[in-house]
Amino acid sequence: MATVSIVPLNGSGARRGAVSPAVALSVALVAGLALVAGLALVAGGAALAPRWALAEEPGGGGGAAPPPATPDVVLGAERDRIAVMARASAAAVAIFAGEAGGGSGVLISPDGHALTNFHVVQPAGVAMKCGLADGRLYDAVLVGLDPTGDVALVKLVGRDDFPWAPLADSDTVAVGDPCFAVGNPFLLATDFQPSVSAGIVSGIHRYQFPAGTILEYADCLQVDAAINPGNSGGALFDAAGRVIGINGRASFEKRGRVNVGVGYAISANQVRHFLGALKGGRIVDHATLGATVATADDGRVVVSDILESSDAHRRGLRYDDEIVALAGRPVRTVNAFKNILGTLPAGWRVPLVYRRAGQQREIAVRLAAVHAPAELAALVAGEGGPRQRRRPGGPRKPPAPGDEPAPGEAPEAAPGRAEPPPLPDALRGLHESRPGYANYHFNVVERQRVAAAIAGHHVIERPAGPWRIVGRLAEGEVFRVELSAARGSIDLPTGTTSVDAGGELDANPSPPGSGGLLAALLLWRRLLLDGPDALGRTTYWGTVPGATVPAGRQAGAGADSLPFADVLESAVAGVEVRFSVAADGSIEGIDLWMAPDAEPCEVRFETGDRAANGLPQGFVVEHAGTTFGRFRIDEVVMEPATESATEPGTVPGAGDADGDGGTK
Amino acid sequence: MNGLSRTRPPWLATAVVLLLSAAIPAAAATPGETIAGAARSVVKIYGAGGVRGLEAYQTGVLVTPTGHVITVLSTVLDSDTIDCVLDDGRRFAGRLIGADPRRELAVLALEGEELPALPLAADQPRLGAGSRVLALSNLFGVAVGDERVSAQHGVVAAVVPLDARRGAYEAPYRGDVYILDCTTNNPGSPGGALIDWRGRLVGLLGKELRASTSGVWLNYALPIDEVAKAYDDIIAGRATAPATTATERFDPAVLGVILVPDLLDKTPPFIETVRAGSPAAAAGLRPDDLLVAVNGRAVPSRMAVQQTLGGLAAGDPVHVTVVRDGMIVDCDLGPRPAREGGR
Repeated sequence: MATVSIVPLNGSGARRGAVSPAVALSVALVAGLALVAGLALVAGGAALAPRWALAEEPGGGGGAAPPPATPDVVLGAERDRIAVMARASAAAVAIFAGEAGGGSGVLISPDGHALTNFHVVQPAGVAMKCGLADGRLYDAVLVGLDPTGDVALVKLVGRDDFPWAPLADSDTVAVGDPCFAVGNPFLLATDFQPSVSAGIVSGIHRYQFPAGTILEYADCLQVDAAINPGNSGGALFDAAGRVIGINGRASFEKRGRVNVGVGYAISANQVRHFLGALKGGRIVDHATLGATVATADDGRVVVSDILESSDAHRRGLRYDDEIVALAGRPVRTVNAFKNILGTLPAGWRVPLVYRRAGQQREIAVRLAAVHAPAELAALVAGEGGPRQRRRPGGPRKPPAPGDEPAPGEAPEAAPGRAEPPPLPDALRGLHESRPGYANYHFNVVERQRVAAAIAGHHVIERPAGPWRIVGRLAEGEVFRVELSAARGSIDLPTGTTSVDAGGELDANPSPPGSGGLLAALLLWRRLLLDGPDALGRTTYWGTVPGATVPAGRQAGAGADSLPFADVLESAVAGVEVRFSVAADGSIEGIDLWMAPDAEPCEVRFETGDRAANGLPQGFVVEHAGTTFGRFRIDEVVMEPATESATEPGTVPGAGDADGDGGTK
Repeated sequence: MNGLSRTRPPWLATAVVLLLSAAIPAAAATPGETIAGAARSVVKIYGAGGVRGLEAYQTGVLVTPTGHVITVLSTVLDSDTIDCVLDDGRRFAGRLIGADPRRELAVLALEGEELPALPLAADQPRLGAGSRVLALSNLFGVAVGDERVSAQHGVVAAVVPLDARRGAYEAPYRGDVYILDCTTNNPGSPGGALIDWRGRLVGLLGKELRASTSGVWLNYALPIDEVAKAYDDIIAGRATAPATTATERFDPAVLGVILVPDLLDKTPPFIETVRAGSPAAAAGLRPDDLLVAVNGRAVPSRMAVQQTLGGLAAGDPVHVTVVRDGMIVDCDLGPRPAREGGR
């Protein structure tokens, strides 16, 4: 490939370089103020002095004729444009990271959530100062990080009515659409007034290889609006003032670090895929299929290598299979495959369509993480950790006891584990360090929000005794489930099995072939009764495409209309479980792993009409790529508590006393 | 052109139309539709290169439905296999059928039928400064397979003769180019389509060059009539000579200007005699006039005069500036004749 230098766009170092007149003028240009004569001066330079064609108009209008009145439609359009840009500018954030530089950001909610680039906030650490166009400087705290996708979420404090801009569905953006970037190029916004640069969308679904320390940009938008150092993290807006992307990198060559008409923005839809986890304070990871693809001689995109340990392999994908579609989007080039994959979070389950010997098959594949946790921590610390994190005058502290430094990294190089400088008063109580999290404080906030939604949706008698669920399988046969604090049992046509709820759950994947359905239902009951905190070590995981979306068009397609479900993750009684929770607090699904590398038991609750108590009408259980069963619930009986049933684990086998559970 | 662009001021029309295309009254197509239509004819070309400073890719434009692609003449084409990838992902082997070494354009042939072509309409009037244009090219090679080339917007900032070089290499073309206010001198851009906002091909993005005098990278395109002339010459077999990096010389004696003998390396180009009845005599040139510029380009020596004239095509207007008794005098010598004596 060419010797193209691709450079991230934070403002670091920008102040050291002189701002040339051309740059200054291009800034004026982008504000919509440039005259044609001015443009010509920049474009032509001194080389072309002899024959200026300044007065020539297309069609020979000439310069001497008096200008005709400007049509009202033009004036109206210009007024609209100015108003849109003013609204967008109000939501723009100028981020100052001290001597480390700075960049741009954009507010996306009235409570102060702002998006920016990972590479902008990385040198800043946990706290930063953010200027808005109102001329005020606000304190902001780091919330979540996506070091692979170059996205960060911060939260400005001090108001609950911040001006903000909505996220658009970036898949509806077309080449040629007008767009404009708002940001802090060259850190010019010393008065916090952002710069606006206008252009058109030059390309969509672009793939940009990682280069050196620069991150991969997948499925990004390419624009010819001027994107300069310092624009990093700022928003790319459509003509209506909605955020279609986060400006983050540009192709530069031979003219130093200034715009050459080729900027790239992370798509709003990619951001949306990770936004839940970012709000939850996590350091998120991107996904791998566990397989690589290549272009065959005939142009097909085929699997060129595949890990036998990957979920794709377990679901049947093999070497030389042709990839037809991933996550509901067609795959016609290797770039398209990387584009789709690059926008998906690790842990999502997405549909994959492949073709072998002329036959097309669709499988649901759970995506693995690109990085090991230690690798992710090293990424967050920066490859040159100590160099990136250096602060003047501060002697390095010895590692605190109990810290686990990543290989080759000083422990203090990892945010989340670093000894943070004292927070400003405004941010006190808004940050908590924990490995794997950019800011664990917000994980607690999100977990409490979801817990409140669950509690609000379900009407459950407490203290509770056993729950008896009776219904029919798809074939019409009756099933019975009994769940209590001590025991779970299920009565199926194939037989009756039970699980001791008081002990470890990982020993008993009953009923056979389900991957642990009884354990999942027991934990589901415990979640509804006692809330997430009572389950065990429960955290807010992020979001997944909601269960109400038909499989096959989950990620990517029309993402603005996609309802996302919140996910709570819990390690409890030897198993790992994830609950997906709809916005209304109803439980949409359960994924339960008996062991880290085991096939999970996947329960999907029916999302149609629900009973008055908030419980589902039915559920489908899948395990290891096959459907274990479809359960339609006729009746749920919640018995009042008895003395023996309220204390989990103290009365093993107490359920037997009820008599009618396991006798058939 | 669109009616709006005549109503001036052009910057207002440009800014408004760019941002709110709905403001164009009765516009037939959106910018996106215009780009999508024209981009079907833009070809991603892959050939030789890949070493430092020389990319192995550039852009071309299908100009006939039977597979003629016009592109820039460059080292990319110096390859046994030239891969041409269309907007829909179809891949063709390109065959170099000829080149115009002066305009540095080349024509490739693809084996295809009913391909989406942008016609080379040579009879269009030249664009003026302020005309809105779109540039379609595979800059930085960012588009592969069926991915669409990049679209950039801009205006024609000036229409001026090209005076450009890249390192020691001097661009032989000296005719008019459109100077653009969008950045088109990126790797991969040469050979890209310059279209107007109705989707018509109005020019071809030129090679990556700097202005000779200032060193500024130039964003420019060859006007469509020059492109069409090159195409016609190549198809007619008139211009298949290999490109030469040495600028050819042209003796001004053909125009009736006899310069002082070339005694030194940098003999100043004083006129010794003017042949009676020659274009030079008709233009009013006199003995002892000092030539200082030819077509706006400084000529400090006899050699420079010959080289500058050599860079023009037969038929190009010749315009000289002389110093006479301390005064600057401009003279038009009419069209440059063909090369003297069939040299």
